[in-house]
Amino acid sequence: MDKGFSPVGLRVLVVDDDPTWLKILEKMLKKCSYEVTTCGLAREALRLLRERKDGYDIVISDVNMPDMDGFKLLEHVGLELDLPVIMMSVDGETKRVMKGVQHGACDYLLKPIRMKELKIIWQHVLRKKLQEVRDIEGCCYEGGADWFTRNDETHYLGGGEDVSFGKKRKEFDFEKKLLQDESDPSSSSSKKARVVWSFELHQKFVNAVNQIGCDHKAGPKKILDLMNVPWLTRENVASHLQKYRLYLSRLEKGKELKCYSGGVKNIDSPPKDSEFSSGHQSPGKNSYGFSGGSSLIHKAETDPKQLASSSVSDPSDVHMPPKAKKSRIEFDPPISSSCAFESLLPWSDVPDPLESKPTILYESSFLQQQPLLPSQSPYVANSAPTLMQDEMKPSYETCVNADAFLMPQDKNSTVMILQDLALPTPYAMKLQEASSNVTNDTESILRSLNWELPESHHSGFIDTDLDFSWIQNEHFLANTSGNFQNFQFQDYSCSPSLLSELPPHLWFGNDPDECTLMVDHGLFIS
Amino acid sequence: MQRQVALIKQSLLDQGYLDEQFMELEELQDDANPNFVEEVATLYFKDSARLINNIDQALERGSFDFNRLDNYMHQFKGSSTSIGASKVKTECTMFREYCRAGNAEGCLRTFKQLKKEHATLRKKLEQYFQLARQAGPKETARRPK
Repeated sequence: MDKGFSPVGLRVLVVDDDPTWLKILEKMLKKCSYEVTTCGLAREALRLLRERKDGYDIVISDVNMPDMDGFKLLEHVGLELDLPVIMMSVDGETKRVMKGVQHGACDYLLKPIRMKELKIIWQHVLRKKLQEVRDIEGCCYEGGADWFTRNDETHYLGGGEDVSFGKKRKEFDFEKKLLQDESDPSSSSSKKARVVWSFELHQKFVNAVNQIGCDHKAGPKKILDLMNVPWLTRENVASHLQKYRLYLSRLEKGKELKCYSGGVKNIDSPPKDSEFSSGHQSPGKNSYGFSGGSSLIHKAETDPKQLASSSVSDPSDVHMPPKAKKSRIEFDPPISSSCAFESLLPWSDVPDPLESKPTILYESSFLQQQPLLPSQSPYVANSAPTLMQDEMKPSYETCVNADAFLMPQDKNSTVMILQDLALPTPYAMKLQEASSNVTNDTESILRSLNWELPESHHSGFIDTDLDFSWIQNEHFLANTSGNFQNFQFQDYSCSPSLLSELPPHLWFGNDPDECTLMVDHGLFIS
Repeated sequence: MQRQVALIKQSLLDQGYLDEQFMELEELQDDANPNFVEEVATLYFKDSARLINNIDQALERGSFDFNRLDNYMHQFKGSSTSIGASKVKTECTMFREYCRAGNAEGCLRTFKQLKKEHATLRKKLEQYFQLARQAGPKETARRPK
């Protein structure tokens, strides 16, 4: 798929259990000069997609299929491959269409499908590509930092390598590059090979996240490092992270978790599909921000580690052990305890602050609003510069967000981020308890996601499994969050979308002030 | 002869047996697939026969699992839209209404009607295709590409 964009030869995968429609669609698509592959079963389709990562540009699928619900297929494709998916059905009921859109479909076609509807599907592919490009660019430009741009460009070209700051990047016309970039394998600039997230790979991913602990700390780079998969890039991880969170948060939202206490008012916007970050968050699709769902998990997962390393009761310790502390700016509620903040630190060695940034984007928005806590300031001072320099460079992705953050805050945002990470003691404890559950849940979640697990769960499971896991956590968190009743979530208004990504309980911390700080800069929320 | 073919087709359309989808299919027919429409129709009838069978069996069992019936009918309806089987589609919709209302009697009645329409369409289309084949490729050549 790394070719310059052209509708001709667009590789379409059509999935429909109706043989008559399959034949018709195949003919119609061929008439549009697309390259068509047909498939009668959802599982078969997934197999094909995973086998040939990057082998298809777009997927068209019927909603009703015998072996798997079309929406589930949609989720899988979105999560694992990030391909545009068009749903089809003879049923045009609004709620079904909405469901499709909510699950991330680019379009919803009603049967009988006309040629003219198929003629324009290439626009979805182009749009998605451009969005990715814009995200990256947007990130860069938002911050305005030169190095961002440089990073971005380099990163984009280099697929995740560290950027050398030397070059100055002019207006890099991604779109142009995208369009002219014809099968030049070396010019990886606009495309990264699609990674197919096999179950094993995803498991590694989840393990890495769990290891890292705090949600926010789990930034793409960190995860990547822990995963130790040589061919995987930070970008891949970041993008996967985003989707994963989105997926989880979607499920979570679907459950209408009521346990969130506090005025988590902002958390009502449904997770967006790709651009989590309200705003551009991550360059390209690497929005690091985990959506609420994942943050929940991550958070919980992080906890054991955190808690283990520090006394549970000490909020400040709720952060990860030094090495882990690095960057991830988990979205831990910005608990007031300054200690917590400190514990979060070791920014100095944070490898990827930036990475965390994206994730933190959401968070940072919060963070920004908050003035640094005094206790944190020293930290900040130390870390900020380091952070800025080290972290920023490599992870341009994060930068974007980070940059945004930094802009207003003048580099204190990193500190903010850290602050946020601090978990209040009770919260932390709860999380710890929850964490073990969470870990298990991750498994079940994975299973439910049915990622190449031998015993394929049927779609029905996914929600259930996830529900359980989420619910458990939520209960915990709910209790904890009870402590934070006074939080003013509403301060986070600026980033509703961000917030929505995270489970409310993860968000905040008790301190309204802190919150205010953050939310408002809403940079990402552009 | 071709005029005859065209007339038959027009009458099918006018009578509501077929709708514009059928025309769309004809548009797809080309040199690469000169008998495309017929192939599609054949496929449809084969597949729909299977679905009808399933529904028949489900109804015969008398247990009236409306959900299941509705599901079958949903498939059937989707399939019927593929060739523009308009009357059949109407019956499908009615059947689903009865399912939703839990009206077993209505379902049975509608299904009978549906089968009738289905059989009629099949016959008419068979005639049509036969004639069309006899009339030769000029039929499609005339069509603006």
